[in-house]
Amino acid sequence: MLIKLTGGKVYDPANGVDGEVRDIFIENGRIVSPEPTAKVDQEYPLHGRVIMAGGIDPHSHIGGGKMTIARMLLPEDHIGHEVARTELTRAGVGHAVPSTMTTGYRYAEMGYTAAFEPAMLPANARQAHMEMGDTSIIDKGAFVMLGSDDFFLRQLAGKADFAAIKDYIAWTMHAAQAIAVKVVNPGGISAFKFNQRKLDLDEKHVYYGVTPRDIIVTLARGLHELGVVHPLHIHGCNLGVPGGYETTLETIRGAEGLPIHLTHIQFHSYGTEGDLKFSSAAAPIAEAVNANKNVSCDVGQVMFGQTCTASGDSMRQFVNTRSADPKKWVVMDIECDAGCGVVPFKYRDKSFVNALQWAIGLELFLLVNDPWRLFLTTDHPNGGPFTWYPHLIRLLMDKEFRRDRMQTINQDALKYSTLASLDREYSLYEIAIMTRAGPARSLGLVDRGHLGVGAWADITVYDDNPDREAMFTTPELLFKNGELIVRNGKIVKVVNGGTHVMRPSYDPGIERSLKGYFEDYHTVRMDNFRLSDDEIVNGGRGSLIIQPTRARAA
Amino acid sequence: MESEKSSHGANHHTNVACPFCGILCDDLEIGPSSEGLKVLKNGCVKSVAGFERKLVEPSPQVDGKDVSLDEAIAAAARLIRESHLPIFGGLATDVEGVRAIMALAEKGGGIVDHALSDAQYRNFKVLQTSGWVMTTLTEARNRADLFIIAGSDVHKLHPRFFERIVCNEASMFSDNPPKRTVVFLGEGLDQSAVKGNRIGEVLTLPVKTDRIGEVLDAMRALNKGATITGDNIGGLPRAAVEDLLERCKAASYGVVVWAPPSLSFANADLTVQAVSEFVKDINLTSRFAGLALGGNEGAVSAGAVCGWQSGFPLRVSFASGKPDYDSERYAMNRMLYAKESDLLLWLASFTPDLSPPDTDIPMILLGTPSIKPARTPKVYIPVGTPGIDHAGIMVRVDNVVSLPLRKLRNSTLPRAADVLEKIEAAL
Repeated sequence: MLIKLTGGKVYDPANGVDGEVRDIFIENGRIVSPEPTAKVDQEYPLHGRVIMAGGIDPHSHIGGGKMTIARMLLPEDHIGHEVARTELTRAGVGHAVPSTMTTGYRYAEMGYTAAFEPAMLPANARQAHMEMGDTSIIDKGAFVMLGSDDFFLRQLAGKADFAAIKDYIAWTMHAAQAIAVKVVNPGGISAFKFNQRKLDLDEKHVYYGVTPRDIIVTLARGLHELGVVHPLHIHGCNLGVPGGYETTLETIRGAEGLPIHLTHIQFHSYGTEGDLKFSSAAAPIAEAVNANKNVSCDVGQVMFGQTCTASGDSMRQFVNTRSADPKKWVVMDIECDAGCGVVPFKYRDKSFVNALQWAIGLELFLLVNDPWRLFLTTDHPNGGPFTWYPHLIRLLMDKEFRRDRMQTINQDALKYSTLASLDREYSLYEIAIMTRAGPARSLGLVDRGHLGVGAWADITVYDDNPDREAMFTTPELLFKNGELIVRNGKIVKVVNGGTHVMRPSYDPGIERSLKGYFEDYHTVRMDNFRLSDDEIVNGGRGSLIIQPTRARAA
Repeated sequence: MESEKSSHGANHHTNVACPFCGILCDDLEIGPSSEGLKVLKNGCVKSVAGFERKLVEPSPQVDGKDVSLDEAIAAAARLIRESHLPIFGGLATDVEGVRAIMALAEKGGGIVDHALSDAQYRNFKVLQTSGWVMTTLTEARNRADLFIIAGSDVHKLHPRFFERIVCNEASMFSDNPPKRTVVFLGEGLDQSAVKGNRIGEVLTLPVKTDRIGEVLDAMRALNKGATITGDNIGGLPRAAVEDLLERCKAASYGVVVWAPPSLSFANADLTVQAVSEFVKDINLTSRFAGLALGGNEGAVSAGAVCGWQSGFPLRVSFASGKPDYDSERYAMNRMLYAKESDLLLWLASFTPDLSPPDTDIPMILLGTPSIKPARTPKVYIPVGTPGIDHAGIMVRVDNVVSLPLRKLRNSTLPRAADVLEKIEAAL
């Protein structure tokens, strides 16, 4: 069947198309260029509408044990946000930590077609994929966490051959069915188990004697040489610490030019000026990002209201439990592999600290000048639920709206931020980069995130409403692989999305040492640790999308 | 998969995961015997009983009379359609089975609850009110130097827990790991499995199970510097409690172990909370963690899948179409006692011992062959056991690890998930 989308304004940055009026043709799930004489089976007249590729969220906690802990921890947050079953869709709940199917529906209703779980513990990968398998419609993928797991730390401390370390990284990506690798508080999650309470970039892990810097450089170089497209996804040391921006700057310098991705950089951009010793350091961070082309980042914007923070960073989250709201929380040490901390938070616009966090995030958006290296996230749900994205987009595109919102927050906070002086307004083209083309390129998604011939037809159609929040809240149409899924913000068809993975090659000899390690120390055998392809496919509930690596460098 | 190929001959399976308790040991070797399957290595009383149970393949029944599977499914669908408020209970199944139950309960407008959720709620209530610091099996196995077993007959519930997590000789953090102290806080707890080179002191503090909370509350208060008068705390000499506190503070990584099914008394969640709050406080200066066990009969999988799909850990009603959560109102046993439901679907696929509650409302029973309900169910569909008759996945008791289960024999017993999906389709 040949479908024609006629006359829309197309924003397709991957192909350099900036609001040109173009027709788009879809056949067999992909964008095609038909013969002029080909018969169009279905036509959508879209004159005046805005057309982009489906949204891609490169950092959103949607699946895995800590999310289900968060769901169970906060029944009160679900109350009033229950969603009834329909003939098409399943029941669920949704606010700060939506249930799985509802998560998928909400993303689709907002014009998104993919979201990536950024903190999948190897030991919890099976559950993470089961939850993502129950996340309807959208495509998924996950970044597997390394760097506080004892196998890697033993390799590093024992000065293992770098080839063996790379084999282990690659083996873990296969075993956990991952597309990328994340490091969280490098070494710090493990150090916390040894009762270390902080671990600066050059501070030694009390047992292994290695530093976060060693861990970051090893993993970043390993991934680069393995040909994994997305660079090491770094949740750095000292999250949320006033003065932590210096660690962030040093992390950028320490990368030695290797590609790195600094995630939820807002939480890592705090200075120590002022009476409360808490101020914005967005300007020096943005300057460093602008100057270092090897660095990409996502913001982790804070939005006001109830949410729940859920992180692998057990060390920092244990400190954050003091601010838990409501006062209940979970911290876990996990399987000689990782950890987690689940702490509910309420960001308040009248709070000096929370208002400044909000301002710092916006400053970063407005000061980093290359949207190809800056992605739009709230670090769902840590800075706020992903359903805030349309509001956030309006804050970036509409300086009058932004100014109005600034009037409503703690005014002292604005004194320690440059936000009030920034007049930049994002264009639709730049928004399309930050929410589609940029994440797709960074993650190595072939044929996604753009609207050129050959791309999968993940397409969002918006009304060109000057109220950008309204525009991005309720797309008129969403196509997933060429099928119409959403019309006027309502789901008209439910499909099962796929799971993106990347599979760098490795020497299977690594399994000899892994097998013994699992048998000697673990409570799971290596063969059972590893996820099979069948588990993802699960009789058609899911599918695998294997993205190509670059060539292995060494 | 490599592990399924046999180096020992046909039907010899290694690295088999066992679904018969919440620990999900996955190092079993299982081979054929003249009567079915035999646990060859790393068995325990539960796994031997489970894996070596003879295969019987009875016919589905309606009102006690043999019928075809299709007829039984049609009858079950009819009962659900006609029910005003069905309960989907038991839920002793794997992840795929819970997924199918959730879909059916939504469409059928009923309540979901697990057979053992009274025990699970001793933990869930604490999670929902104050939270905790927890650890997992591998972490405890390698790291802990102090184990406190709080009022729980762990050995009976999990026959290999001590062997695998406490008495293990190797630790990844030392070639010559220090000996461990094991404290039994409670009366009459089986200590027979605590033995071997790793075990140093074994202490017994005979406190009544329902007074453990007092002991932990007192330790928490003492740790905060509060004054406690009296020579007796929770039935223990004050000096014993002070000694235990000092041991906790001195431990490099202490672990308090409890199994909610063992804490079977009114308001036992407050005991779990006392333990959890104490553990939180000790963590202000040194490292300590809780380790909750139990979770047999697939309870963990049921709680997890219901949690991620509905947002709530069991005791959810879909009568209105929306998930309606009330952990008191929608507790299965209370509803059956108060006669608030008119149909019980009971799912028990691991052992024939998990009989449905004795109730006079009509019942659809999806059960392991040889299950013995007190009354004849309206519909009985014998189902296979995950990990023996069909493959599957289960979530382990620490809520982190999930393990794949394998099909080990050929049987005609259907997978519960397939039966449930057919019932749903027939609604």
